[in-house]
Amino acid sequence: MSNAGRNLFMALVVLFLAAPLVVVAGVSLNAEKQLLFPPRGLSLAWYVDLFRESDWLNALKNSLIIATLSAALALSVAFPLAYFLWRHGIWYAKALFALGLAPFTLPPVITALGFLVFWVSTGFYGQMIATLISHAIFFVTLPLVTISLGLESIDRQLMEASQVMGADDRTVFRTVVLPLVRPYLISGYAFAFVLSLNEYIIAYMVAGFTVETLPIKIFNSLRYGYTPVMASVAVLFMLIAVLVFGLIARFGDLPKLLGAWSKEES
Amino acid sequence: MTLRLEHVSKSFGGLQALVDVDLEFPHGRLICLLGPSGCGKTTLLRCIAGLETPTEGRIRLDGRDLTDVPAHKRNFGMVFQSLALFPHLSVGENIAYGLTIRGVDKAGRRRRTEELLQLVRLPGVIDRPVSQLSGGQRQRVAIARALALNPALFLLDEPLSALDAKLRETMQIELRLLQRRLGISTIVVTHDQREAMTMADIVVVMDHGRVQQVAAPLDTYRSPSNAFVADFIGISNLVPGTLRGRDAVLVHGQPIRVASVPAAIAEGTHVTLLIRPEEVHVRPTETNGENHLRGEVSFVRDLGASIEITVRCGEQQLLAVTTPRERPPIEIGDAVAVELPASACVVLPS
Amino acid sequence: MTGPAPASASDELRLPRAAATRPTSPSLRQHALLLYPAAMLAVFFVVPFGIMLAVSFFHRVEGAFYEPAFEFANYARFLSPFFGKALAFSIWISALAAAAVVCVAFPFTYFLTRMRRPAQVRVLVFILAVLSLSEVIIGFSWSTLLSRTAGVSNLLYFVGLLAQPVAWTPSFGALLVGLCYLCFPYSVLVLYPALSRLDPELPEASRMLGASPLRTFFSVVVPVLRRSIISALILVFVFNLGAFLLPQVLGRPEHWTLSVLITDQAIFQSNIPFAAAMAVFLMLVCLALVALTLMFGQQRRLEG
Repeated sequence: MSNAGRNLFMALVVLFLAAPLVVVAGVSLNAEKQLLFPPRGLSLAWYVDLFRESDWLNALKNSLIIATLSAALALSVAFPLAYFLWRHGIWYAKALFALGLAPFTLPPVITALGFLVFWVSTGFYGQMIATLISHAIFFVTLPLVTISLGLESIDRQLMEASQVMGADDRTVFRTVVLPLVRPYLISGYAFAFVLSLNEYIIAYMVAGFTVETLPIKIFNSLRYGYTPVMASVAVLFMLIAVLVFGLIARFGDLPKLLGAWSKEES
Repeated sequence: MTLRLEHVSKSFGGLQALVDVDLEFPHGRLICLLGPSGCGKTTLLRCIAGLETPTEGRIRLDGRDLTDVPAHKRNFGMVFQSLALFPHLSVGENIAYGLTIRGVDKAGRRRRTEELLQLVRLPGVIDRPVSQLSGGQRQRVAIARALALNPALFLLDEPLSALDAKLRETMQIELRLLQRRLGISTIVVTHDQREAMTMADIVVVMDHGRVQQVAAPLDTYRSPSNAFVADFIGISNLVPGTLRGRDAVLVHGQPIRVASVPAAIAEGTHVTLLIRPEEVHVRPTETNGENHLRGEVSFVRDLGASIEITVRCGEQQLLAVTTPRERPPIEIGDAVAVELPASACVVLPS
Repeated sequence: MTGPAPASASDELRLPRAAATRPTSPSLRQHALLLYPAAMLAVFFVVPFGIMLAVSFFHRVEGAFYEPAFEFANYARFLSPFFGKALAFSIWISALAAAAVVCVAFPFTYFLTRMRRPAQVRVLVFILAVLSLSEVIIGFSWSTLLSRTAGVSNLLYFVGLLAQPVAWTPSFGALLVGLCYLCFPYSVLVLYPALSRLDPELPEASRMLGASPLRTFFSVVVPVLRRSIISALILVFVFNLGAFLLPQVLGRPEHWTLSVLITDQAIFQSNIPFAAAMAVFLMLVCLALVALTLMFGQQRRLEG
């Protein structure tokens, strides 16, 4: 396959991936309150509405709160687990790790239903804390995997050198492990954050009628009446994702975070 | 099969990997591309192989322009640094890979594969999976595979770097003998100058993308073209000085007579004086004469078969190597005189 | 909608090697570190699933959620043609989409890993951004793209290739395309580690031996990575089983998959026990497949 053929293939795939986004962006700029593409008349009104109309603003607020806190909570569960497994490879730590992988590898409907019955049974159904904790547990997998990757890549000789110079466990952790694993902590958090923003089914099943996040509101809007604000939300989410991942790429080694060898190792 | 590289340059984005490389490789010789990492030798080999395309310049084989010919049409055999044996194929299937593509029938492939395994002295492994072989054995399979199609050129990229020291020494000699026997034009990339000295008919010394010297191995040792080559090949004493007239170099004001000066170097310019450690004589300080520098012994290393004496002369450190029989009666801290015989001094541009 | 796989696939979907320094036997105090994650996962993951398993045996009550009981009625409904058809369709379309996507994603990811770093990173950021889109947004986008008033058919009509704009959704084709779009970035991410770790000298050696780039791809790259391809197929298949919105938005009721039924039963029909039973069934199937992928990966490493 020649260079030209290969480039054409890649371009076509990227076009396929971008096409719906272009349409949504176009729709979000439509001056009239209609689902039209190409847009007739351009206007940023719908983006303004997102921040003006109280119900959209409320949904945005909910989404941001839940994303920020649940990602942090997920990180707090993932980090000690990954660290413990890395230091002591005991079988029950491995089992716990596998448990941490589980929520994510299953279809989200299953996990959502599980949470539904749980919160109904415990009486927290419909409250924001339910969405928060559910998201946190569901998204534990991502920081868990990225942090494990990061810890594995730490050269053991760095730790041993530190110990030889007199550092105890806590100091070694603070001065050697933490700085080296930090990019993975950040990217794990970022993944969980972005995905929590976009997550629909769990948020819906657990507290969908009382705690409306943006994806829930979009879905409701789809059913009950169309407004281009939905499209502007979609564009906004895209921009946030590009921003977050772009920042990670800028300050970190994105290929390595996704599983490639680092440049020095290859 | 004469290979000609005409003003070949290669850059990757902002990085200049090769700068105006102009070489001609005669047929049937073993040529080593030698230099430190990053000097461009691997890039040059890959350009010859067709795995990279030069940014400028042409590559010709027997006059035919190969520059735009893709790698899979050049019929060159190549041994990669990682060996690159196909893990999903057996030894025999690896070696016969090229034959399969050419459409050679099963019997023909089997015959040729066994022939090649005999050649590299690895009988009996034809159906084994590659993972079961030792490092040295895999090395031989990679060589056999590269030679399967009777290529016009045999290219090797640091072929021995993954082997342990002892095996490496053996393989250097074996590779050389194999090449002589087949008479195939061979280009080997290496950073190990001892390897180059052992194997090569011609050494191409490279640094920062440029060719520094093209010569027989011993010539790069005895008559290096500049300070870089002098320093890279073997151990050198490199002394900065100024050329006075056409027969002496001033080192810290003291004239050191030299036997010859390259015509290209102008009088009065800064030069580097090269003298090999085995030519430097350390004498007790009473000796006087021309080409003697005064100094103090800073270290003596007795290695049994040879003795290395480091002398500090002013700001300069000089290394002298001598045999136990000719060892001078000196210890660390002694004041000594160091002789740099005129005939052994080589003047290099600074 | 699920996001990136444990940034790994096939043999990388493994439990991490232990210990920086010598694996030490942890003291009681050091165990304290494990207590918090263990408690969280136990309470908020194991317990919910336990409850769900129990609920699947419960008796459904009109007007309320359910009452504790122990009956197989819910599981018995699996034997109905209704459920059977939904199951068959789920498997069929998930497998079809997985196969189609991996066929395209494999060469795509291969070329991606051979790209120069700056360009490669840009494409990766794009892929990650698309991956993070929720199924809701993807459903909305594609239903727009394939609609009569605002979609591609409009474009073709303008250009003169169509007599009049046509609605291409809801339909089997629309659902299939939407599903492919949904799982494509995931597929890329699952294949990425293995492909980026492929020794670049292997395809080069193949080319030096006379194989054209196309032949090299099929004779060397694909066979060497066949385990990763199979793992990716399984993981993407499982991923597709989880699509619950696209079948509703882009498909007709006959296209509803198991995940849709579960959602429907749980929320709109208020039949939680039946939904739970289906969920348990689906979960067992998915766990079995993921375990298969893990075992596959372990076996590969044993063979060296």
